[in-house]
Amino acid sequence: MTGDKENEIWRHSARAFFQAEVEHLMDRLYGTALRLTGNRSDAEDLVADSLAKAWNGLSGLEDRQAFEKWVFRILVNGFVSDRRRQKARPCEVEADREGEFSLFEKLHQPFLLWWGTPEQELLDKLLRADIENALDALPEEFRLAVVMVELWGLSYAETAEMLDVPVGTVRSRLSRGRSLLQSALWHQAREAGLLKGEAKGTAR
Amino acid sequence: MTQDLRCEEVIDKLLEYLDRELDRDTEDALAQHMETCRACFSRAEFERRLRARVRDISEAKAPDSLRQRIHAIMERY
Repeated sequence: MTGDKENEIWRHSARAFFQAEVEHLMDRLYGTALRLTGNRSDAEDLVADSLAKAWNGLSGLEDRQAFEKWVFRILVNGFVSDRRRQKARPCEVEADREGEFSLFEKLHQPFLLWWGTPEQELLDKLLRADIENALDALPEEFRLAVVMVELWGLSYAETAEMLDVPVGTVRSRLSRGRSLLQSALWHQAREAGLLKGEAKGTAR
Repeated sequence: MTQDLRCEEVIDKLLEYLDRELDRDTEDALAQHMETCRACFSRAEFERRLRARVRDISEAKAPDSLRQRIHAIMERY
C-alpha cells in the first residue's frame, strides 16, 4: 500500500472518530466554555479554537480513550492562556478559609426534622439560572477549580497538573469556591423569597 | 478496623470524601460514621444533591454557528 493510500485511510478513520466524539461532547464543551468565559461569543471562540487544535493534533493522541480529558485540557489551557494575554498579571485571589459558608448550616433546623427539611426544599426550588449566576459570579481561579472538579470530575492531582499549581492550592481554591458558591445561592434565594419565614429581600 | 470520628472531623473532611480524595481507611471511617449519625448523613446527602444540581449546568446547547465552524475547520485541514 502506498503512503498516500495509508494516509487517506487514516484521515477517513480519524474524521469519523473525531466527528462522533465531538458530537457527543459538544454541548458539554460549550456549556463549560460558557461558564468559564461568561459570554456566548467568547465561549464559541474558545470551543472552536480548542477543537481546531485537537483536530490538528489528533495524530499525536496515543490513547483515543483519553480523548475527552485531552480536549478538556486543550480548552482549559486555551482559556488560561487567553486570560494571561489579556491581563498584565494573572488575578491572584487569596484562598483563605476565613468566612467559610455552608448553605446546609444556614438552613438546617434539626429540631424541625419532623416538619420537613428546608435545605432539601431549597434545592428543589433553585432554578438553573440561580446556579449559573452563582457560579459565574465566582472569582476566576475559584470558578476554574469548581468547573474542573465538580463539572468534569477531575481529581485534585489532575487539576493541579493542568493548572500547574500545587495540589494544596487546588484544595484551597475549591474549598473557597464552594463556600462562595453556597453563599451566593443563599443570597439569591433570600432575594427571591425562597426561604421559609423570611420576607422577600428583607431578611438579614 | 476503622477509627471512630467525631462529627466535626467528618464535616471537615466531607467535601474531600465526596470528591473521593481521601485514603481508603479515612473514607471507610467516614462511611461508617454516617451509617449511625443522622446529622452527618443528612449533610452529606445535601452536599451530594447540590453537586448534582451544579453538575447539571455543565451542558448548554451549542449554537449551529459553532457546529458549522467545526465542520469548516475539519474541511480546511
